[in-house]
Amino acid sequence: MVDQIRRMGGGVSQILEQIHGFARRCLFRVISMGPLPTHLAFIMDGNRRYAKKRGLKDGSGHKAGFSALMSMLQYCYELGIKYVTIYAFSIDNFRRKPEEVQSLMDLLLEKIKSLLDKESIVHEYGIRVYFIGNLALLSDQVRAAAEEVMEATAKNSRVVLLVCVAYNSTDEIVQAVKRSCMNKLVKHSEGGDRDIERIQLVDVEENMQMSVAPEPDILIRSSGETRLSNFLLWQTGNSQLFSPDALWPEIGLRHLVWAILNFQRSHSYLEKMKKQL
Amino acid sequence: MKTRLVWLRNSGQTVAVGAANSLPPSSAVVRLDQMSGPVYTVPVPDMILDYMDFNDPMLALSSWIGQIGDFGLDLVWRFIHIVVTLWHIVSGIFESVESYAISLGLIQKYSSIDIEKLKCLAVVVDIEAARDVSKVIELLQWLTTIGVKQVGLFDSQGLLKKSKDMILEMVPRSVLLQETGEKHISPDRIALEFISSSDNKEAVVKAANILLEKYLKSIHPENGVGENVFTESHLNEALRVVGESVHVPDLLLVYGPVRSHLGFPAWRLRYTEIVHMGSLKYMRYGSLLKAIHKFTGVRQNYGV
Repeated sequence: MVDQIRRMGGGVSQILEQIHGFARRCLFRVISMGPLPTHLAFIMDGNRRYAKKRGLKDGSGHKAGFSALMSMLQYCYELGIKYVTIYAFSIDNFRRKPEEVQSLMDLLLEKIKSLLDKESIVHEYGIRVYFIGNLALLSDQVRAAAEEVMEATAKNSRVVLLVCVAYNSTDEIVQAVKRSCMNKLVKHSEGGDRDIERIQLVDVEENMQMSVAPEPDILIRSSGETRLSNFLLWQTGNSQLFSPDALWPEIGLRHLVWAILNFQRSHSYLEKMKKQL
Repeated sequence: MKTRLVWLRNSGQTVAVGAANSLPPSSAVVRLDQMSGPVYTVPVPDMILDYMDFNDPMLALSSWIGQIGDFGLDLVWRFIHIVVTLWHIVSGIFESVESYAISLGLIQKYSSIDIEKLKCLAVVVDIEAARDVSKVIELLQWLTTIGVKQVGLFDSQGLLKKSKDMILEMVPRSVLLQETGEKHISPDRIALEFISSSDNKEAVVKAANILLEKYLKSIHPENGVGENVFTESHLNEALRVVGESVHVPDLLLVYGPVRSHLGFPAWRLRYTEIVHMGSLKYMRYGSLLKAIHKFTGVRQNYGV
């Protein structure tokens, strides 16, 4: 008797899930009648506050945050948004307590390794993964796993996921300047007598790590904070910024839909801004 | 909408190439006569549409059903946007009422603001709004009343920079912020700074060239390696040399239709709180007080 009820309960929740999925796809079909963003960026803020609020252990906030991330990625995929960038770990975060940094690195390593799995979502959905940031600051294990994933997904082209780890916008700018300088030096030494070329804006732009993706259309920071915390400062000149009050593990479909509807309202203005620059 | 290049195919063979000003949703079937523009060869199309031979009535019928379906979806989409617009109008009314109450001093918590916390304020103004300099002057007068000491004014095309002298004249007790000047501002003055997009990416490029020169000068003849001048503090210093201010604003107020920093110098935006204030034309004193008050209550971890 109890088994039957359990099975019925399981069946009902499956049906509800399918209805929910169908309703969501209908909603996406309607939203697609207007302009859709090509590139969405997320600052996943609020995992620790969530764990504290729910009285959970310290690390569980980040795990809950990870499943919220997976749902968001699924919605972006269903909507056909090609580029998604996430702020996974900032260079400033290294200053946190060592135990917390270690558990975050362990979680990161576990999730990166799961991407290498043959049946993982990256191959199923054709996702190309980039790890953006000062990867030299990561442990050898994490860096090696990240490079392996980048190589394994290099042929995918349906969706591009950019994961910012050990990233800071100011660090990205400095690294781009360094690379531009080094390139000019190499060119000069190969060129012989010619004077060394001056660096142009296009040199710095093409040496930015984020140049593999276009500028973000929308940047969503959860937990209501209104700052960018050194994320994509160079690339968000024409981006619309959203700061929903929900903590990252609480972020859901309604926040994404609201952001996109508001993006559609401002789309012509943002296009005009892009043309003026 | 951008003109897109489209190929039409029938049974896999390309039969026509043309330009369309609007694209139907990908599920629709397109008639040849909806294409306009000259036919020319393009290497890669924006879209490939398979069209059907309309002599077959069943296919014609299914295409009509598809078009009606899309028309229905479009109506639902427009309806959703009408609801969103109504929501914005209603929340705008609430904000106006609240702002009026604040400026009359009716709401206790906004009557005193710890202005010492706000060391550097930046205001980003949309280009259309920047043409109305009188509104900018009024805003600066409000900020002076509130007690803000240092204000950076940004508009992407530098329109406010051109009106610099007029603004400095019209805003009482204002002074232009010089590089070393920020410590010498007397208490009753407001220091103004005028910024445009040339102070953003182009300034970084100039600073990059300074670092390149510095690196070249420091190269040891034996090993061909120079000193490491590629750090954030070196770039910061190089930006100062170029003549850029590197003060980090605590709060950025955006006056424009969209919440976006519109290209404010990236190097300075690290931990700046970015608040959208709506349009400059309808700016409200109460909303300004509320934004500054909210800022004084913010607590940052700086990533730790």
